[in-house]
Amino acid sequence: MEQVDFAIVLPEVLLAVYAMAALMLAVYTTKDGMTRLLTWATVGLFLAVAVWIGLCPASREGAAFGGAVKVDAFARFAKVTVLVGAAAVLAMSEDWMRRQNLARFEFPVLITFSVIGMMVMVSAGDLMTLYLGLELQSLSLYVIAAMRRDSGRSTEAGLKYFVLGALASGLLLYGASLTYGFTGTTLFSGIIASVQSGHVPTGALFGLVFLIAGLAFKVSAVPFHMWTPDVYEGSPTQVTAYFATAPKVAAMALFARLMFDGFGDAIPDWSQVVALLSVLSMFLGAVGGIGQREFKRLMAYSSISHMGFALVGLAAGTAVGVQAMLTYMAIYVVMNVGTFAFILAMEKDGKHVTDLADLNQIARREPGKALALLILMFSLAGVPPTLGFFAKFTVLKAAVDAGMNWLAVLGVIASVIGAFYYLRVVYYMYFGAEREGLTLRAGAVQWAILAGSALVMILGVVNLLGMEGAAALAAEALVR
Amino acid sequence: MITLTHYLGVAAALFVIGIFGIFLNRKNVIVILMSIELMLLAVNINLVAFSSFLHDLAGQVFTMFVLTVAAAEAAIGLAILVGFFRNRGTIDVEDVNVMKG
Repeated sequence: MEQVDFAIVLPEVLLAVYAMAALMLAVYTTKDGMTRLLTWATVGLFLAVAVWIGLCPASREGAAFGGAVKVDAFARFAKVTVLVGAAAVLAMSEDWMRRQNLARFEFPVLITFSVIGMMVMVSAGDLMTLYLGLELQSLSLYVIAAMRRDSGRSTEAGLKYFVLGALASGLLLYGASLTYGFTGTTLFSGIIASVQSGHVPTGALFGLVFLIAGLAFKVSAVPFHMWTPDVYEGSPTQVTAYFATAPKVAAMALFARLMFDGFGDAIPDWSQVVALLSVLSMFLGAVGGIGQREFKRLMAYSSISHMGFALVGLAAGTAVGVQAMLTYMAIYVVMNVGTFAFILAMEKDGKHVTDLADLNQIARREPGKALALLILMFSLAGVPPTLGFFAKFTVLKAAVDAGMNWLAVLGVIASVIGAFYYLRVVYYMYFGAEREGLTLRAGAVQWAILAGSALVMILGVVNLLGMEGAAALAAEALVR
Repeated sequence: MITLTHYLGVAAALFVIGIFGIFLNRKNVIVILMSIELMLLAVNINLVAFSSFLHDLAGQVFTMFVLTVAAAEAAIGLAILVGFFRNRGTIDVEDVNVMKG
């Protein structure tokens, strides 16, 4: 019995042991001198674990610890996306951190801890597991947001993220306590059983609303998005790149997991709330980004808007919707990793800059890299024939199939508004007024990631790189 | 006779005080940390009350986890606050404003 339990959580245990061993190793040897070794070791380990989880036979799936941890096709899909996204961000930030004098051995270790938290989140089967996974992830993220200790902006970003994050955890916990009290159990399977035996108790409904509020904060959905622009702008750029990728996937997967596993028989009760969150996020993300002059702030609004689109898939409340949401999140991660590979390379007089106006006429000096960013921007905006278009198309189609035509119409309008600021980046690169000084400097890994993600955006349209089948399996595992 | 409702009432009141403490407080970041702690403790009262009322231990186990995580959270919050103080020389809420928003 216990052996089976541990066999199921073996990837998480392995990563946890590795993270603690790496921490000890670095502390007792050359500390920051170990950064390079640890970063690449972590990248390798993440990719290895991703392959392991991705290819592990279905017999390894199942519930462990009395149902508190659940590994199914859905959890595996989300875990592979999280691990690959985290590995890509680590790989492209290693060289950058060294040049910025930011090489700290804690970075790969904290990333590993947060990835463990995310893996626990996506396979949570109990409110306690949900809370512990979420906190393990959040606490690591608070620390790396404030990683540049000598910068007022970075520590301010960390402080803001911490205060608002702790508030969200409090809301989530209060919701968890009400849900526990009115359904009599913390297990998702128990909650869904008590919901089945009639309508949702009013107290549990209050709990559900608080839980949604807490999770909406973690995916930065409006009206719980206030932290996003400031934290994205203030954190060191490689940390922002990380915030925009893996944690978003994990939080979105956890959202879907809780809604379907815990409240799957009360879909009308939460679908309207999620639809409202998604409409607000799509529009605020699209409108708020228009006035931005800073690339990282722009990406913050872009991510708010993208979370709105992913929530459309969840609001549909069907297996097709979940499949669309998972596909959307995977494509979103690839687009963001590529864009941040470009942002990390932006340099002026040897200093890292993120002003949009500095991009002016960069296409004349760096045609290949500008073209790659152009493709990524088109994809983020959802212009066909890039992969970003298909991502938006599948979620909106899922909404139409679920009879939510109004949601799909609003989604199209929001994506048209949002296209403005992505296209403005392209305008600056190709037609802006001449401005000298910006250079693009980065290692081979970073360029490979930029070129690779741009290529995926074009080539992926053939068959979504076979991802659709995996996403469909994952969605079927969740929605019964 | 003290019933479950009384406990829930106290917890809800403490929780709301905690939330207001975060938003209305204009002076000091330490007060925000205390408010966060208050919110988490209100949740603990809820959980223990439910646990005793339902004759189910899960709520008390949950409380133990919440207490542990709250300690870790406070440690990290104070560490970030110390870093902030070193850069700015102040921990007034009004000075947390280099970035708009």
